[in-house]
Amino acid sequence: MELSKRVVLHFPEKLVEKPITYELVKNYNIVFNILKAKVAVDDGEGMLLLELTGTDENIGKSLKYLKEIGVKTEPLTRDILWSKDDCIMCGICSSICPSHAFYLKPPQMTLEFEPEKCIGCEECLRVCPYNAIRLKLM
Amino acid sequence: MQKTIDEINEKIKKGKAVVFTAEEIIEVTKEEGFKKTARQVDVVTTGTFGPMCSSGAFINLGHTRPRMRITKAWLNDIEVFCGIAAVDLYIGATQISDNDPTNTEYPGRFKYGGGHLIEDLVAGKKIKIKALSYGTDCYPKKELKGEFTIHDINDAFLFNPRNCYQNYNVAVNTGKEKIHTYLGILKPNLGNANYCSAGQLSPLMNDPEYRTIGIGTRIFLGGGTGYVVWQGTQHDPTVLRNKRGVPVSGSGTIAVIGDLKKMKPEWLRGTSIIGYGASLTVGIGISIPILDEEILRYTCITDSDIVAPVVDYSYDYPNLTGRIIGEIDYASLKSGRISIGNKTVPTFPISSYPRAQKISKILKSWILSGKFYLTSSVQRLPGKESGIKFKPFRGRYK
Repeated sequence: MELSKRVVLHFPEKLVEKPITYELVKNYNIVFNILKAKVAVDDGEGMLLLELTGTDENIGKSLKYLKEIGVKTEPLTRDILWSKDDCIMCGICSSICPSHAFYLKPPQMTLEFEPEKCIGCEECLRVCPYNAIRLKLM
Repeated sequence: MQKTIDEINEKIKKGKAVVFTAEEIIEVTKEEGFKKTARQVDVVTTGTFGPMCSSGAFINLGHTRPRMRITKAWLNDIEVFCGIAAVDLYIGATQISDNDPTNTEYPGRFKYGGGHLIEDLVAGKKIKIKALSYGTDCYPKKELKGEFTIHDINDAFLFNPRNCYQNYNVAVNTGKEKIHTYLGILKPNLGNANYCSAGQLSPLMNDPEYRTIGIGTRIFLGGGTGYVVWQGTQHDPTVLRNKRGVPVSGSGTIAVIGDLKKMKPEWLRGTSIIGYGASLTVGIGISIPILDEEILRYTCITDSDIVAPVVDYSYDYPNLTGRIIGEIDYASLKSGRISIGNKTVPTFPISSYPRAQKISKILKSWILSGKFYLTSSVQRLPGKESGIKFKPFRGRYK
Protein backbone atom coordinates (compact mmCIF):
# COMPACT_ATOMS: atom_id res chain seq x y z
CA MET A 1 0.00 0.00 0.00
CA GLU A 2 1.32 3.44 -1.01
CA LEU A 3 1.18 6.13 1.61
CA SER A 4 2.56 9.56 2.43
CA LYS A 5 4.01 10.52 5.73
CA ARG A 6 5.39 13.85 6.90
CA VAL A 7 8.35 13.60 9.21
CA VAL A 8 10.76 16.00 10.83
CA LEU A 9 14.37 14.83 10.74
CA HIS A 10 16.92 16.22 13.14
CA PHE A 11 20.44 15.21 12.24
CA PRO A 12 23.68 15.86 14.08
CA GLU A 13 26.60 17.77 12.55
CA LYS A 14 28.50 14.63 11.52
CA LEU A 15 25.64 13.61 9.25
CA VAL A 16 25.07 16.96 7.60
CA GLU A 17 27.24 16.00 4.66
CA LYS A 18 25.78 12.54 4.22
CA PRO A 19 23.38 12.21 1.24
CA ILE A 20 20.55 10.88 3.37
CA THR A 21 17.70 11.62 0.99
CA TYR A 22 19.59 9.97 -1.87
CA GLU A 23 19.94 6.82 0.21
CA LEU A 24 16.20 6.83 0.83
CA VAL A 25 15.46 6.97 -2.88
CA LYS A 26 18.05 4.40 -3.86
CA ASN A 27 17.50 1.81 -1.16
CA TYR A 28 13.82 2.12 -0.35
CA ASN A 29 12.27 3.58 -3.50
CA ILE A 30 10.91 6.54 -1.53
CA VAL A 31 9.61 9.62 -3.29
CA PHE A 32 10.36 12.60 -1.12
CA ASN A 33 9.30 16.20 -1.11
CA ILE A 34 11.31 18.69 0.94
CA LEU A 35 8.83 20.96 2.68
CA LYS A 36 11.31 22.82 4.82
CA ALA A 37 15.00 22.71 5.65
CA LYS A 38 17.19 24.43 8.20
CA VAL A 39 20.91 24.05 8.54
CA ALA A 40 21.66 25.56 11.90
CA VAL A 41 25.14 27.00 12.18
CA ASP A 42 25.47 27.39 15.94
CA ASP A 43 24.53 24.02 17.35
CA GLY A 44 25.47 22.25 14.15
CA GLU A 45 22.18 20.35 14.01
CA GLY A 46 20.29 20.18 10.75
CA MET A 47 16.55 19.92 10.32
CA LEU A 48 14.64 18.62 7.37
CA LEU A 49 10.90 18.38 6.95
CA LEU A 50 10.13 15.67 4.45
CA GLU A 51 7.06 14.18 2.94
CA LEU A 52 7.86 10.54 2.25
CA THR A 53 5.76 8.62 -0.23
CA GLY A 54 6.21 4.91 -0.69
CA THR A 55 4.96 1.54 0.46
CA ASP A 56 4.10 1.07 4.10
CA GLU A 57 6.96 -1.41 4.41
CA ASN A 58 9.56 0.83 2.74
CA ILE A 59 8.59 3.86 4.84
CA GLY A 60 9.02 1.71 7.93
CA LYS A 61 12.43 0.56 6.70
CA SER A 62 13.51 4.15 5.89
CA LEU A 63 12.61 5.36 9.36
CA LYS A 64 14.54 2.43 10.84
CA TYR A 65 17.55 3.24 8.66
CA LEU A 66 17.45 6.91 9.71
CA LYS A 67 17.34 5.92 13.36
CA GLU A 68 20.31 3.59 12.92
CA ILE A 69 22.52 6.25 11.41
CA GLY A 70 21.68 8.69 14.22
CA VAL A 71 18.89 10.83 12.75
CA LYS A 72 16.09 11.67 15.16
CA THR A 73 12.70 11.49 13.47
CA GLU A 74 9.40 12.84 14.67
CA PRO A 75 5.98 12.94 13.10
CA LEU A 76 5.25 16.47 11.91
CA THR A 77 1.99 16.86 13.77
CA ARG A 78 3.84 17.41 17.00
CA ASP A 79 5.34 20.64 15.70
CA ILE A 80 2.30 22.90 15.72
CA LEU A 81 0.78 23.46 19.10
CA TRP A 82 -2.70 24.96 18.88
CA SER A 83 -3.64 26.36 22.25
CA LYS A 84 -7.42 26.29 22.36
CA ASP A 85 -7.33 28.30 25.59
CA ASP A 86 -5.64 31.21 23.86
CA CYS A 87 -7.49 30.87 20.56
CA ILE A 88 -10.55 33.08 20.07
CA MET A 89 -11.62 31.33 16.87
CA CYS A 90 -11.29 34.19 14.43
CA GLY A 91 -10.27 33.03 10.98
CA ILE A 92 -6.94 34.73 10.47
CA CYS A 93 -4.79 31.56 10.49
CA SER A 94 -7.17 29.85 8.09
CA SER A 95 -6.86 32.79 5.68
CA ILE A 96 -3.16 32.13 5.09
CA CYS A 97 -2.93 28.36 5.67
CA PRO A 98 -1.82 27.02 2.26
CA SER A 99 -2.89 23.42 2.90
CA HIS A 100 -6.21 24.14 4.63
CA ALA A 101 -5.06 22.39 7.81
CA PHE A 102 -6.71 25.25 9.70
CA TYR A 103 -10.21 25.95 8.45
CA LEU A 104 -13.53 27.34 9.64
CA LYS A 105 -16.66 25.27 9.71
CA PRO A 106 -19.85 27.16 8.81
CA PRO A 107 -22.45 28.02 10.01
CA GLN A 108 -21.08 28.20 13.57
CA MET A 109 -17.68 29.28 12.25
CA THR A 110 -15.69 27.14 14.65
CA LEU A 111 -12.01 26.74 13.88
CA GLU A 112 -10.79 23.23 13.08
CA PHE A 113 -7.26 21.87 12.70
CA GLU A 114 -6.33 18.75 10.79
CA PRO A 115 -2.68 18.08 11.71
CA GLU A 116 -2.17 15.54 8.93
CA LYS A 117 -2.74 18.32 6.35
CA CYS A 118 -0.16 20.63 7.95
CA ILE A 119 3.01 21.17 5.91
CA GLY A 120 4.81 23.01 8.70
CA CYS A 121 5.22 26.33 6.87
CA GLU A 122 4.65 28.20 10.15
CA GLU A 123 2.70 31.03 8.49
CA CYS A 124 -0.05 30.62 11.09
CA LEU A 125 2.43 31.22 13.90
CA ARG A 126 3.38 34.56 12.46
CA VAL A 127 -0.12 35.83 11.83
CA CYS A 128 -2.06 34.61 14.88
CA PRO A 129 -2.88 37.85 16.74
CA TYR A 130 -3.32 36.00 20.05
CA ASN A 131 -0.17 33.86 20.16
CA ALA A 132 -2.43 30.81 20.20
CA ILE A 133 -0.32 28.81 17.73
CA ARG A 134 3.15 27.90 18.86
CA LEU A 135 5.95 25.60 17.90
CA LYS A 136 6.43 22.60 20.08
CA LEU A 137 9.76 21.40 18.74
CA MET A 138 12.77 22.71 16.82
CA MET B 1 -48.80 45.66 22.76
CA GLN B 2 -46.27 47.81 24.58
CA LYS B 3 -44.00 46.82 27.46
CA THR B 4 -41.86 49.04 29.63
CA ILE B 5 -38.32 48.46 30.86
CA ASP B 6 -39.61 48.61 34.45
CA GLU B 7 -42.05 45.80 33.72
CA ILE B 8 -39.26 43.72 32.18
CA ASN B 9 -37.00 44.36 35.18
CA GLU B 10 -39.81 43.29 37.49
CA LYS B 11 -40.00 40.00 35.56
CA ILE B 12 -36.22 39.59 35.78
CA LYS B 13 -36.47 40.08 39.56
CA LYS B 14 -39.12 37.36 39.79
CA GLY B 15 -37.09 35.05 37.56
CA LYS B 16 -39.85 35.13 34.95
CA ALA B 17 -38.25 37.06 32.11
CA VAL B 18 -38.21 35.36 28.71
CA VAL B 19 -34.83 35.86 27.05
CA PHE B 20 -33.38 34.68 23.75
CA THR B 21 -30.15 35.42 21.92
CA ALA B 22 -30.29 37.33 18.63
CA GLU B 23 -29.60 34.03 16.87
CA GLU B 24 -32.29 32.05 18.71
CA ILE B 25 -34.98 34.72 18.25
CA ILE B 26 -34.87 34.20 14.46
CA GLU B 27 -36.15 30.62 14.86
CA VAL B 28 -38.62 31.55 17.62
CA THR B 29 -40.41 34.12 15.47
CA LYS B 30 -40.40 31.77 12.46
CA GLU B 31 -42.53 29.40 14.54
CA GLU B 32 -44.61 31.81 16.59
CA GLY B 33 -44.92 34.89 14.40
CA PHE B 34 -44.01 38.46 15.32
CA LYS B 35 -47.19 39.44 17.20
CA LYS B 36 -47.22 36.55 19.62
CA THR B 37 -43.43 36.60 20.11
CA ALA B 38 -43.43 40.35 20.83
CA ARG B 39 -45.88 39.68 23.66
CA GLN B 40 -44.04 36.68 25.06
CA VAL B 41 -40.38 37.62 24.75
CA ASP B 42 -38.86 40.28 27.02
CA VAL B 43 -35.22 40.53 26.01
CA VAL B 44 -32.96 39.64 23.09
CA THR B 45 -29.21 39.49 23.75
CA THR B 46 -26.47 40.28 21.25
CA GLY B 47 -22.68 39.92 21.25
CA THR B 48 -19.50 40.75 19.42
CA PHE B 49 -15.81 39.95 19.93
CA GLY B 50 -13.29 41.57 17.64
CA PRO B 51 -10.30 43.92 17.55
CA MET B 52 -11.43 47.43 18.52
CA CYS B 53 -8.47 49.79 18.25
CA SER B 54 -10.18 52.83 19.72
CA SER B 55 -9.99 51.41 23.23
CA GLY B 56 -8.06 52.17 26.36
CA ALA B 57 -8.12 52.43 30.12
CA PHE B 58 -7.83 55.21 32.67
CA ILE B 59 -5.98 54.35 35.84
CA ASN B 60 -5.21 56.26 39.00
CA LEU B 61 -2.10 54.97 40.77
CA GLY B 62 -2.62 56.68 44.13
CA HIS B 63 -0.05 59.16 45.38
CA THR B 64 3.57 58.40 46.17
CA ARG B 65 5.40 59.80 49.18
CA PRO B 66 6.70 62.41 48.39
CA ARG B 67 4.12 63.31 45.77
CA MET B 68 4.82 63.24 42.07
CA ARG B 69 3.07 64.98 39.19
CA ILE B 70 3.87 62.46 36.49
CA THR B 71 4.64 63.92 33.07
CA LYS B 72 5.92 60.83 31.29
CA ALA B 73 5.31 57.19 32.18
CA TRP B 74 5.88 53.72 30.78
CA LEU B 75 4.06 50.60 31.93
CA ASN B 76 5.81 47.41 30.83
CA ASP B 77 7.74 49.67 28.47
CA ILE B 78 4.55 50.98 26.85
CA GLU B 79 4.22 54.75 27.05
CA VAL B 80 0.96 55.92 28.60
CA PHE B 81 -0.73 59.31 28.36
CA CYS B 82 0.03 61.60 31.33
CA GLY B 83 -1.38 64.92 30.15
CA ILE B 84 -4.02 64.91 32.88
CA ALA B 85 -3.77 65.13 36.69
CA ALA B 86 -0.78 63.99 38.76
CA VAL B 87 -1.22 60.21 38.94
CA ASP B 88 -4.02 59.71 36.40
CA LEU B 89 -2.86 57.84 33.31
CA TYR B 90 -4.49 56.62 30.11
CA ILE B 91 -3.35 53.39 28.46
CA GLY B 92 -4.07 53.42 24.74
CA ALA B 93 -4.73 50.02 23.17
CA THR B 94 -2.56 50.58 20.10
CA GLN B 95 0.45 52.14 21.86
CA ILE B 96 3.63 50.18 21.25
CA SER B 97 7.02 50.19 22.94
CA ASP B 98 9.54 52.82 21.84
CA ASN B 99 11.83 49.88 21.06
CA ASP B 100 9.36 48.00 18.89
CA PRO B 101 10.97 47.41 15.48
CA THR B 102 7.54 48.22 13.91
CA ASN B 103 7.54 47.77 10.15
CA THR B 104 11.29 48.35 9.82
CA GLU B 105 11.35 44.55 9.96
CA TYR B 106 8.48 44.16 7.52
CA PRO B 107 5.99 42.86 8.29
CA GLY B 108 6.21 43.94 11.93
CA ARG B 109 4.94 41.53 14.56
CA PHE B 110 3.88 44.04 17.25
CA LYS B 111 4.15 41.41 19.94
CA TYR B 112 3.34 43.63 22.92
CA GLY B 113 1.27 46.81 22.95
CA GLY B 114 -1.26 48.72 25.02
CA GLY B 115 -3.88 46.02 24.46
CA HIS B 116 -1.58 43.36 25.90
CA LEU B 117 -0.84 45.67 28.83
CA ILE B 118 -4.56 46.03 29.54
CA GLU B 119 -5.00 42.25 29.32
CA ASP B 120 -2.11 41.72 31.79
CA LEU B 121 -3.48 44.37 34.13
CA VAL B 122 -6.93 42.72 34.14
CA ALA B 123 -5.30 39.31 34.69
CA GLY B 124 -3.77 40.69 37.91
CA LYS B 125 -0.20 40.36 36.62
CA LYS B 126 2.62 42.53 37.95
CA ILE B 127 3.11 45.66 35.85
CA LYS B 128 6.46 47.46 35.77
CA ILE B 129 6.29 51.23 35.98
CA LYS B 130 8.83 53.89 35.11
CA ALA B 131 7.83 57.57 35.40
CA LEU B 132 9.39 61.02 35.14
CA SER B 133 8.49 64.53 36.21
CA TYR B 134 10.03 68.00 36.22
CA GLY B 135 9.11 68.43 39.91
CA THR B 136 7.13 71.23 41.52
CA ASP B 137 6.98 72.69 45.03
CA CYS B 138 3.89 70.64 45.79
CA TYR B 139 4.92 67.55 43.76
CA PRO B 140 8.70 67.29 44.28
CA LYS B 141 9.38 63.67 43.22
CA LYS B 142 11.07 63.50 39.83
CA GLU B 143 11.59 59.83 39.14
CA LEU B 144 9.73 56.64 39.89
CA LYS B 145 10.58 52.99 39.25
CA GLY B 146 8.57 50.11 40.61
CA GLU B 147 5.81 47.61 40.03
CA PHE B 148 2.15 47.13 40.88
CA THR B 149 -0.91 45.06 40.14
CA ILE B 150 -4.47 46.21 39.47
CA HIS B 151 -5.22 45.53 43.16
CA ASP B 152 -2.63 48.11 44.26
CA ILE B 153 -4.19 51.08 42.48
CA ASN B 154 -7.28 53.17 43.18
CA ASP B 155 -9.12 53.15 39.91
CA ALA B 156 -8.97 51.31 36.65
CA PHE B 157 -11.73 51.72 34.13
CA LEU B 158 -11.97 50.91 30.50
CA PHE B 159 -13.02 53.89 28.41
CA ASN B 160 -13.27 53.14 24.72
CA PRO B 161 -14.08 56.09 22.47
CA ARG B 162 -15.25 53.96 19.55
CA ASN B 163 -16.40 50.35 19.69
CA CYS B 164 -18.97 48.08 18.18
CA TYR B 165 -19.13 49.37 14.61
CA GLN B 166 -22.51 48.88 13.02
CA ASN B 167 -21.46 47.10 9.83
CA TYR B 168 -17.97 47.16 8.34
CA ASN B 169 -15.97 46.92 5.15
CA VAL B 170 -15.09 43.64 3.50
CA ALA B 171 -11.43 44.02 2.57
CA VAL B 172 -9.86 42.77 -0.66
CA ASN B 173 -6.67 43.43 -2.59
CA THR B 174 -6.78 43.90 -6.35
CA GLY B 175 -3.07 44.79 -6.48
CA LYS B 176 -0.19 42.57 -7.52
CA GLU B 177 1.53 42.30 -4.10
CA LYS B 178 0.42 40.79 -0.82
CA ILE B 179 -0.54 43.51 1.69
CA HIS B 180 -0.79 43.55 5.49
CA THR B 181 -3.80 45.45 6.83
CA TYR B 182 -5.78 45.77 10.05
CA LEU B 183 -8.19 43.35 8.39
CA GLY B 184 -5.47 40.73 8.01
CA ILE B 185 -3.22 39.66 5.18
CA LEU B 186 -4.77 40.30 1.79
CA LYS B 187 -3.41 38.23 -1.05
CA PRO B 188 -3.00 39.86 -4.46
CA ASN B 189 -5.49 39.59 -7.33
CA LEU B 190 -8.51 39.14 -5.04
CA GLY B 191 -6.86 36.19 -3.29
CA ASN B 192 -9.14 36.51 -0.27
CA ALA B 193 -11.83 38.73 1.26
CA ASN B 194 -11.75 39.44 5.00
CA TYR B 195 -14.68 40.76 7.02
CA CYS B 196 -15.19 41.82 10.61
CA SER B 197 -18.65 41.75 12.16
CA ALA B 198 -20.76 39.33 14.15
CA GLY B 199 -23.50 39.95 11.54
CA GLN B 200 -26.86 38.86 12.89
CA LEU B 201 -25.48 38.81 16.45
CA SER B 202 -23.86 42.24 16.26
CA PRO B 203 -25.37 44.68 18.83
CA LEU B 204 -26.15 47.73 16.67
CA MET B 205 -27.35 45.54 13.79
CA ASN B 206 -30.16 44.38 16.06
CA ASP B 207 -31.24 47.91 16.95
CA PRO B 208 -30.39 49.72 13.71
CA GLU B 209 -32.41 52.87 14.53
CA TYR B 210 -30.97 53.07 18.11
CA ARG B 211 -34.42 52.78 19.62
CA THR B 212 -33.20 51.15 22.84
CA ILE B 213 -29.38 51.38 22.79
CA GLY B 214 -28.51 54.89 23.95
CA ILE B 215 -26.54 56.86 26.47
CA GLY B 216 -26.77 55.10 29.81
CA THR B 217 -27.50 51.61 28.44
CA ARG B 218 -25.96 48.93 30.69
CA ILE B 219 -23.95 46.37 28.71
CA PHE B 220 -21.67 43.32 28.95
CA LEU B 221 -18.18 44.79 28.59
CA GLY B 222 -14.98 42.76 28.74
CA GLY B 223 -16.59 40.09 30.92
CA GLY B 224 -17.95 42.64 33.41
CA THR B 225 -20.63 45.27 33.15
CA GLY B 226 -20.26 48.63 31.53
CA TYR B 227 -22.31 51.44 30.04
CA VAL B 228 -22.75 53.25 26.77
CA VAL B 229 -21.62 56.81 27.52
CA TRP B 230 -21.86 58.56 24.17
CA GLN B 231 -22.05 57.88 20.48
CA GLY B 232 -18.62 56.64 19.44
CA THR B 233 -16.23 58.75 17.40
CA GLN B 234 -16.95 58.55 13.66
CA HIS B 235 -20.62 57.78 14.47
CA ASP B 236 -22.26 58.04 11.06
CA PRO B 237 -26.00 57.47 11.38
CA THR B 238 -27.03 58.98 8.02
CA VAL B 239 -25.48 56.20 5.93
CA LEU B 240 -27.89 54.76 3.36
CA ARG B 241 -30.04 51.94 4.74
CA ASN B 242 -31.55 48.93 3.00
CA LYS B 243 -35.19 47.86 3.29
CA ARG B 244 -34.53 46.10 6.60
CA GLY B 245 -33.21 49.37 8.06
CA VAL B 246 -29.65 48.10 7.97
CA PRO B 247 -26.95 50.61 7.02
CA VAL B 248 -25.14 49.44 3.89
CA SER B 249 -21.69 50.38 5.25
CA GLY B 250 -19.98 51.29 8.52
CA SER B 251 -22.26 53.68 10.43
CA GLY B 252 -23.22 53.77 14.12
CA THR B 253 -20.62 53.39 16.88
CA ILE B 254 -20.66 53.67 20.67
CA ALA B 255 -18.29 54.95 23.35
CA VAL B 256 -18.30 52.65 26.37
CA ILE B 257 -17.06 52.64 29.94
CA GLY B 258 -16.76 50.00 32.66
CA ASP B 259 -14.89 48.91 35.78
CA LEU B 260 -11.72 47.15 34.64
CA LYS B 261 -11.30 45.59 38.08
CA LYS B 262 -14.40 43.48 37.47
CA MET B 263 -13.56 42.44 33.91
CA LYS B 264 -11.89 39.24 32.72
CA PRO B 265 -8.76 38.81 30.57
CA GLU B 266 -10.68 36.23 28.50
CA TRP B 267 -12.80 39.08 27.11
CA LEU B 268 -10.10 41.73 26.73
CA ARG B 269 -7.34 40.25 24.61
CA GLY B 270 -4.12 41.94 23.58
CA THR B 271 -3.89 41.67 19.81
CA SER B 272 -0.89 41.65 17.46
CA ILE B 273 -1.85 42.42 13.89
CA ILE B 274 1.04 41.50 11.63
CA GLY B 275 2.31 44.40 9.55
CA TYR B 276 -0.19 46.77 11.15
CA GLY B 277 0.11 47.19 14.90
CA ALA B 278 -1.16 46.30 18.35
CA SER B 279 -4.78 46.45 19.43
CA LEU B 280 -7.31 45.16 21.94
CA THR B 281 -9.98 42.60 21.15
CA VAL B 282 -13.03 43.60 23.16
CA GLY B 283 -16.08 41.56 24.11
CA ILE B 284 -19.35 43.50 24.10
CA GLY B 285 -22.87 42.25 24.57
CA ILE B 286 -26.00 44.40 24.59
CA SER B 287 -29.45 43.36 25.70
CA ILE B 288 -32.40 44.70 23.77
CA PRO B 289 -35.72 45.06 25.60
CA ILE B 290 -38.59 43.90 23.39
CA LEU B 291 -40.89 46.83 24.07
CA ASP B 292 -42.94 46.42 20.90
CA GLU B 293 -43.19 44.49 17.66
CA GLU B 294 -40.97 46.83 15.67
CA ILE B 295 -38.06 46.34 18.07
CA LEU B 296 -38.58 42.59 17.83
CA ARG B 297 -38.60 42.70 14.03
CA TYR B 298 -35.23 44.43 14.07
CA THR B 299 -33.73 41.76 16.36
CA CYS B 300 -34.84 39.08 13.91
CA ILE B 301 -32.43 40.33 11.30
CA THR B 302 -30.50 37.50 9.63
CA ASP B 303 -27.09 37.32 7.98
CA SER B 304 -28.72 37.43 4.55
CA ASP B 305 -30.39 40.78 5.41
CA ILE B 306 -27.07 42.44 6.20
CA VAL B 307 -25.05 43.74 3.29
CA ALA B 308 -21.49 45.07 3.52
CA PRO B 309 -19.37 47.02 1.04
CA VAL B 310 -16.37 45.33 -0.58
CA VAL B 311 -13.43 47.74 -0.51
CA ASP B 312 -10.05 47.49 -2.25
CA TYR B 313 -7.35 47.97 0.39
CA SER B 314 -4.55 48.09 -2.17
CA TYR B 315 -5.62 51.52 -3.43
CA ASP B 316 -9.10 52.80 -2.55
CA TYR B 317 -8.87 52.48 1.24
CA PRO B 318 -5.42 54.07 1.73
CA ASN B 319 -6.25 56.88 -0.69
CA LEU B 320 -9.74 57.51 0.69
CA THR B 321 -11.34 57.38 -2.73
CA GLY B 322 -14.66 56.22 -1.27
CA ARG B 323 -15.03 53.71 -4.10
CA ILE B 324 -16.57 50.35 -3.34
CA ILE B 325 -16.21 47.47 -5.75
CA GLY B 326 -19.30 45.55 -4.71
CA GLU B 327 -21.74 44.61 -2.01
CA ILE B 328 -22.13 41.27 -0.34
CA ASP B 329 -24.36 39.83 2.38
CA TYR B 330 -23.11 38.10 5.53
CA ALA B 331 -24.73 34.76 4.73
CA SER B 332 -22.53 34.58 1.63
CA LEU B 333 -19.49 35.82 3.55
CA LYS B 334 -19.99 33.10 6.16
CA SER B 335 -20.35 30.40 3.50
CA GLY B 336 -16.60 30.77 2.94
CA ARG B 337 -16.76 31.82 -0.71
CA ILE B 338 -18.10 34.81 -2.63
CA SER B 339 -18.06 35.89 -6.25
CA ILE B 340 -16.45 39.18 -7.24
CA GLY B 341 -16.84 39.79 -10.95
CA ASN B 342 -16.17 36.37 -12.43
CA LYS B 343 -13.81 35.32 -9.69
CA THR B 344 -14.55 33.05 -6.72
CA VAL B 345 -12.90 34.50 -3.64
CA PRO B 346 -12.49 32.70 -0.30
CA THR B 347 -13.72 34.70 2.74
CA PHE B 348 -12.41 34.86 6.29
CA PRO B 349 -13.64 36.56 9.47
CA ILE B 350 -11.44 38.72 11.69
CA SER B 351 -13.90 38.83 14.59
CA SER B 352 -14.96 35.62 16.31
CA TYR B 353 -18.48 34.37 15.73
CA PRO B 354 -18.25 31.56 18.33
CA ARG B 355 -17.15 34.10 20.98
CA ALA B 356 -19.89 36.56 19.96
CA GLN B 357 -22.34 33.70 20.44
CA LYS B 358 -20.87 32.92 23.84
CA ILE B 359 -21.22 36.55 24.96
CA SER B 360 -24.89 36.64 23.92
CA LYS B 361 -25.43 33.44 25.94
CA ILE B 362 -23.58 34.73 29.01
CA LEU B 363 -25.65 37.92 28.97
CA LYS B 364 -28.80 35.83 28.61
CA SER B 365 -27.79 33.74 31.64
CA TRP B 366 -27.03 36.89 33.68
CA ILE B 367 -30.53 38.21 32.96
CA LEU B 368 -32.22 34.87 33.64
CA SER B 369 -30.44 34.57 36.99
CA GLY B 370 -31.29 38.15 38.02
CA LYS B 371 -27.68 39.36 37.91
CA PHE B 372 -28.23 41.92 35.18
CA TYR B 373 -31.05 44.45 34.90
CA LEU B 374 -31.92 46.59 31.92
CA THR B 375 -31.66 50.38 31.88
CA SER B 376 -33.58 53.03 30.02
CA SER B 377 -31.23 55.27 28.08
CA VAL B 378 -31.09 58.85 29.35
CA GLN B 379 -30.57 60.18 25.84
CA ARG B 380 -30.85 58.54 22.43
CA LEU B 381 -27.85 58.20 20.13
CA PRO B 382 -28.07 60.62 17.19
CA GLY B 383 -30.04 58.90 14.45
CA LYS B 384 -30.48 59.61 10.75
CA GLU B 385 -32.64 62.65 11.64
CA SER B 386 -29.56 64.28 13.26
CA GLY B 387 -27.93 64.88 9.90
CA ILE B 388 -24.59 63.89 11.46
CA LYS B 389 -22.13 62.70 8.81
CA PHE B 390 -18.63 61.28 9.20
CA LYS B 391 -16.48 63.53 7.01
CA PRO B 392 -12.86 63.48 5.89
CA PHE B 393 -10.42 65.94 7.53
CA ARG B 394 -11.30 69.48 6.45
CA GLY B 395 -8.41 71.35 8.04
CA ARG B 396 -5.50 72.65 5.97
CA TYR B 397 -2.67 70.24 5.48
CA LYS B 398 0.20 69.25 3.24
